[in-house]
Amino acid sequence: MTKKNIKVALAGNPNSGKSTLFNALTGLNQSVGNYPGITVDKKLGNCTLDRSTKAQIIDLPGAYSLYSKSLDEKVTQQILCNKENKDYPDVIVVVADSSNLRKSLLFLSQIIDLKREVILALNMLDVSRNMGIVIDILQLADQLGINVVEINARKRTGIKELKDAILSVSFPKKEILDIKEIFPDIIDRANIIRENNNNYASFLSLCRHYIDNNSASKIKLEVLIKDEQFIPSRSQAKETVRRYKRIDKILHQCIGENKALIKRNFTKKIDDLLLHPILGYTCFLLVLFLIFQAIFSWSQLPMEWIDSGFSSFSSWVANTMNPGVLNDLVVNGILAGLGGIIIFIPQIAFLFAFIAFLEDTGYMARVSFIMDKMLRGVGLNGRSIIPLLSGAACAVPAIMSARTISSSKERLITIFVVPLMSCSARLPVYTLIISMMIPETASWGPFNIQGLVMMAFYLLGFIAALTTAFIMKFIMKSRERGFYVMEMPSYKIPDYKTVLYTIIEKVKVFLFDAGKVIIAISIILWFLSSYAPSGKFEQIEQDYATVENSEIIIPSKKLEVSYAGIIGKTIEPVIKPLGFDWRIGISLITSFAAREVFVGTMSTIYSVGGTDNYSIKNKLKSAKNLDTGKPFFTTAVGVSLMLFYAFAMQCMTTIAVVFRETKGWKWPLIQLFYMTGLAYISSFIAYNLLS
Amino acid sequence: MKRLSELQVGEKAFVESIQDEFVEQQLLEMGVTPGQLIELERKSPFSDPIAVVVSNLLISIRLSDADNIIVKTQND
Repeated sequence: MTKKNIKVALAGNPNSGKSTLFNALTGLNQSVGNYPGITVDKKLGNCTLDRSTKAQIIDLPGAYSLYSKSLDEKVTQQILCNKENKDYPDVIVVVADSSNLRKSLLFLSQIIDLKREVILALNMLDVSRNMGIVIDILQLADQLGINVVEINARKRTGIKELKDAILSVSFPKKEILDIKEIFPDIIDRANIIRENNNNYASFLSLCRHYIDNNSASKIKLEVLIKDEQFIPSRSQAKETVRRYKRIDKILHQCIGENKALIKRNFTKKIDDLLLHPILGYTCFLLVLFLIFQAIFSWSQLPMEWIDSGFSSFSSWVANTMNPGVLNDLVVNGILAGLGGIIIFIPQIAFLFAFIAFLEDTGYMARVSFIMDKMLRGVGLNGRSIIPLLSGAACAVPAIMSARTISSSKERLITIFVVPLMSCSARLPVYTLIISMMIPETASWGPFNIQGLVMMAFYLLGFIAALTTAFIMKFIMKSRERGFYVMEMPSYKIPDYKTVLYTIIEKVKVFLFDAGKVIIAISIILWFLSSYAPSGKFEQIEQDYATVENSEIIIPSKKLEVSYAGIIGKTIEPVIKPLGFDWRIGISLITSFAAREVFVGTMSTIYSVGGTDNYSIKNKLKSAKNLDTGKPFFTTAVGVSLMLFYAFAMQCMTTIAVVFRETKGWKWPLIQLFYMTGLAYISSFIAYNLLS
Repeated sequence: MKRLSELQVGEKAFVESIQDEFVEQQLLEMGVTPGQLIELERKSPFSDPIAVVVSNLLISIRLSDADNIIVKTQND
C-alpha cells in the first residue's frame, strides 16, 4: 500500500523551539539542502503521522511576520504564501514560546487571516507556568478558531497529539483582523484584480509582498497603489498596530497572569554577571579560552587517530590493489584528499558543540551585546568575534560558524577576513623559517626573539583581518538593512540533543558539500606532482639509479621535472622579485592543498631524508643561491616567505568552505585574488627593503 | 517627551512613536507598540547598545536606533 504523503511546514519566531520540535519529529531522518541562489539552509525531514500517512517536514527560518525584512524571512514568506512554490505546505504548524505568546500570535494571526490550514503548537508551558502565566488553552483555541496543541519539544511530549492534530486539520473558523474594515475600498479593487476574495492575501500583495506570480495583475496592482496613494510601509505599520490591539483583546480573555510572579529575576541576575563591564568580559575570555583549548589541543588526539587510522587504511589499499596508475590515483589522489577532509571533523565538532551550547543557553545574544560596539567600527558584528578568534585555530570551522551572523553584509565580511588570522597550519611553516633564521638563544631583554617574531606574525594576521574588514565596510553595498534590534532570550539549560544534531548537521554539510571541491582540487594537485611529460621520469630513474642515496634523490629530481615542477619554473620570473626561486615555486603549488605541505615539499626538493625540522633546517641553511653561490635563505628571503604564508590563501579546504557558505564561486575567487595579491605586495616590499 | 536613548538605567516610560520606518516595523513586530511600557534595564559596557524590557521581552537596540524612538515618561 502506498502511503499518502503530505507537506508540513514548521514556522515561528526565532527562539520558539521550532528546531527542537523539528528534531523531535524527524530524529536523524533529516537533511540540509539549498534554496536556489541564496545562502539560507533548507532543513527537510520525514516522519510518519499514522499507518497510512507520512509527512515531509520543512523547518522554516525563524520569522516575526509575513513581512520579510531579511533573507530568512523572505524564504519563509515565499514558501508560506506562494502556491507555486514547490515547498508550499499542506499544513502549517506555528510553534510559539508560551512565555512570549503575544509576539508569536502576530505571525500566527497573519497566517490564519490568509486562510491557511494551521495549528498552534504551544511550547514551553512549563517555563510560562513558573513565571505565573496561566493560559486557558480551550479558550485560546476558540478565540483563534484553530486547533491548539500543548507540546514540550525538549521532553518530547505532546508529539502524538500534534500528529493527530496535523491529520485532522481544518481551515480557520474565523478571521482575526478584518483588514477590509481598515482599508475598505482598495482591498475590494485588489480582489477584483487578483480574481480572488482572500482579503488578506490582496493586502499583502498591495504591500508588495506578492502572493502570486501573475505579472499582469502585478502591473495592475502597481497602478492601483499609485492611484490610491497607498503607502505600503505605513499601511503595514498600521496593520501591525491594529493586529496587536486584537491580540491583546484575545489574550485578555485567555491568559491569567499572576502579576506578583512575573519576573525575569533569574535571567536578570545572570545578566548582572555576564554583562558586567569587567566580570562580563572575564567570563567571555574564559569561554573563548575553552573554545581555543578545544580546537587547538582537545581535538589533537582524535585528529591523530584519524590520521594514523587513515594512513594505515591508505597503505592497506596501496598494498592490496594492483600497482599502477589507478592505485596511485586512489591512494595519492582520492584517499589523500579524503584524509585531508575528515581530519577536520574533530575541530568542526568541537567548535559547533560550543556554538550550539552558547546559542541554546541564550548566551550568544549576550556576546553580541557586549562586543557589538567594538566590532561595529570595523564593519563587523558582535557575533563576528567567535569566527574571528576561532580562525586563529582553523579557518574552516570558523567560517562555517559565521552563519550565526544574521546581517548578510557583516557575515560576508567576517567570512572574507577570517582566513587572514594565523591558523594552526601556518605554525609548521613559521616554525621552520624562524628556527632557520634566528638562533634559539637570541633574546631581547628577557624575551626570546623566536617567540617574539612568532607573536608578531599572529598579531599581523589579526591587524590584516581588521583592516580588511574596515576597508570592505566602505566598498561593499548592502542589499538589506541590518537587523540590529535583537531579542535576548531568557537563559535556559541547553538541550543536549539540539547540540548533538547541530554537530551532526555541520559535519555532514562539510563532508558532502565542501568535500566534493576538496577531492577535485586534491586530484588535480596529485596529477601535477606525479606526472611529467613522457619519458622524463624514466630518464631520471636511469640516470640516478646508481647514485648514492638514490631513494632520496630520485623523488626530488622527479618532482623537479613533473608538471608541478614545470609550473614552478614557469612562475619563477613572477616570484623572483619576492626572493623566491623555482623550488619555492613548486612548494607554493603543492602547499595550495594545505600550508603545512610546504615543509614536506621543501624536504623532498632539497632531498632530505625524513621530515623533521632539524634536518630540513640544516639542509635549507646550506642551500646556495644558484646564481650567486651565496647562501640562499637570507633574512630577506625568510621574512618574505613568512609574509607570503601569512597572507596568501594557501588552503583548498578554506576555498571549498567559502564556496559552500556563500553558495558560489564569486567570493572564494575574490578572496583568493585579494589574499594572494596582499601576500605578493607585502613580500615584495619586505624583500626589497631587507636585501 | 524623551528619546529612548536618553532614559536612565532602571527608568520606565511609555512608547510614543518610532521615527525610522525600518526600525519601526522590526520593533512593532516584536510587540513594541505605542502605549507599551518600556524599561531601560541596562547599558552594555560601552553604553551602546542598550537593553530594554517590553512585555517580558529583553531587547537589544543600538543607540542610533534608540534615538529614533520617542517615549513618554511618567512625569510628562
